[in-house]
Amino acid sequence: MTAGVGACRVRAGSAPLVLGIETSCDETGVGLVRDGVLLADTLASSVDEHARYGGVIPEIAARAHVEAMVPTVERALSQVGLRHRDVDAVAVTVGPGLAGALMVGVAAAKAYALALGVPLYGVHHLAAHIAVDTLEHGPLPGPSMALLVSGGHSSLLLVPDLATSDVVPLGATVDDAAGEAYDKVARLLGMPFPGGPPIDRAARDGSPTIAFPRAKATDGTFDFSFSGLKTAVARWVEARHRAGEPVPTADVAASFQEAVVDVLTAKSVAACRAHGVDTLVIGGGVAANSRLRALAATRCEAAGITLRVPRPGLCTDNGAMVAALGSLQVAAGVVPSPLEIPASSALSL
Amino acid sequence: MCGPARLSNVLLIAIDTATPACSVALVDVDWEQPAAGTATGTGAVRTMSRASRRVIDPRRHAELLVPLVRDVLDEATTRPADLDAVVVGLGPGPFTSLRVGVVTAGAFADALGRPAYGVCSLDGVGADTSGRVAVVTDARRREVYWAVYAEGERVAGPFVGRPQAVVDELREMSVAQVVGPGVVLYPDVFAGLTGSSPGTGAGPIDSGYLDPVTLARLAGSDALAGRPPAPLVPLYLRRPDAAEPHLPKAVAV
Ligand SMILES: [Zn+2]
Repeated sequence: MTAGVGACRVRAGSAPLVLGIETSCDETGVGLVRDGVLLADTLASSVDEHARYGGVIPEIAARAHVEAMVPTVERALSQVGLRHRDVDAVAVTVGPGLAGALMVGVAAAKAYALALGVPLYGVHHLAAHIAVDTLEHGPLPGPSMALLVSGGHSSLLLVPDLATSDVVPLGATVDDAAGEAYDKVARLLGMPFPGGPPIDRAARDGSPTIAFPRAKATDGTFDFSFSGLKTAVARWVEARHRAGEPVPTADVAASFQEAVVDVLTAKSVAACRAHGVDTLVIGGGVAANSRLRALAATRCEAAGITLRVPRPGLCTDNGAMVAALGSLQVAAGVVPSPLEIPASSALSL
Repeated sequence: MCGPARLSNVLLIAIDTATPACSVALVDVDWEQPAAGTATGTGAVRTMSRASRRVIDPRRHAELLVPLVRDVLDEATTRPADLDAVVVGLGPGPFTSLRVGVVTAGAFADALGRPAYGVCSLDGVGADTSGRVAVVTDARRREVYWAVYAEGERVAGPFVGRPQAVVDELREMSVAQVVGPGVVLYPDVFAGLTGSSPGTGAGPIDSGYLDPVTLARLAGSDALAGRPPAPLVPLYLRRPDAAEPHLPKAVAV
């Protein structure tokens, strides 16, 4: 017996309750999902501890996960008046992500699964980002397309069936993630970390009048590159400084943001067309960006593509997305993971 | 009539991941003097191991630990719900492994609604020593974790330091014997202290690794007395490596 959870039980009469645990970066997320319905979504974030460093410090994130893990599970259960023994399955992000951070969640999930005598489902972080949309918009038609953009990833993925088949990577960033570019440009403009929200806000008061480069926009691939853009913004700002001229922060923010979302949305629509797919899901922290949402809506409508974007609170890393994917896998009869499953920081699709 | 109910015996699962060893033991604990008449035992506790496992593989603690717990429970045909408490070594030790042990203990206990007691991992060796003895384990980066024991009681530490500096301090503290896996790593440095044994002694000192059964004994009286546990706080002894960035320079992106 390799699974070691032979005493698995699923209570008769009600759909299985899935506990989801997410610790791949700086958020300790715990979600409870039953039958595609989100019951609880609790979060403890160490983002404030990282802010002064301008990026996530893995050791600080891992320490915060240890501290927050059990209290976050407790909060999720007590919020909806459920007990540990009501849990029918445990799902956890096994990768990709920060190795030390992932291991905290994986260890905790295994302990909960063994102690409660329920099956364990190790899930892929990016697939979970897509699955969370089913909590808001119902089952995802297959195949669909997914654009995932955050501080850690920028990927275009073909999604044949979330629960039972692997997601197919079509393209990804070749250097910085989109969210990472936001963080760096924000720092350049004297804005706080994380950089997405302040740039989004500043951009509303500006115009995208500066023609920053759109790397790889017309290279025919579904890959992205944001490193050159970030450097171009830095050079432009530096030239202003050198000339003793003020930096039009709002215009720089708007122009940078337009360059990012132009490429993201153009490639997403092109990917849908290339694969004959008529549904696009956008997820990840950058999906909360107002300009990305607006431009994606416009372009999808023009192309006859149904756009699905979860509400901002579900786009960032959370436990709900892990529980959502776990719930789909339980419903589809997917074989649970063995308790020996490792955390895989470099997990690919 | 005050205080929590005292139990006559408890069943504990004890785990430690503060060294390259991933250790688990299922342990019965009771009072050394069994209940005679009214009072239910006082003072010392005794232990009996039902099953135990130890795997030495410093990079796979996250994979191994919970399967080891499962194997130990299976071997003793014990269900998780039969456990009265969880005991865990809080370190000091390499951070990643240490966290696996602490969060596993916390989650396991939480799921069962049982207390989780934390014990300094070095006590897992030191509590079984007599005389004045230092316990030393690997802290990586050319440093060791260490603590000093007098007749099994920790009287100094845990600390982290360079092996030579530790030897100098131990001399000042009149400690002549050093045990634990750290001794093997720096034999020349610790050789200066008479009586140092890198793994030739008896009992838990023999393996150089700490014994989770000892951790269970150390937490035993708290578990038997039903005392609420302190929060599980890993003994990192070092701050995270993190440098604050310099003020933004225009080109330095
Ligand atoms: Zn993410």
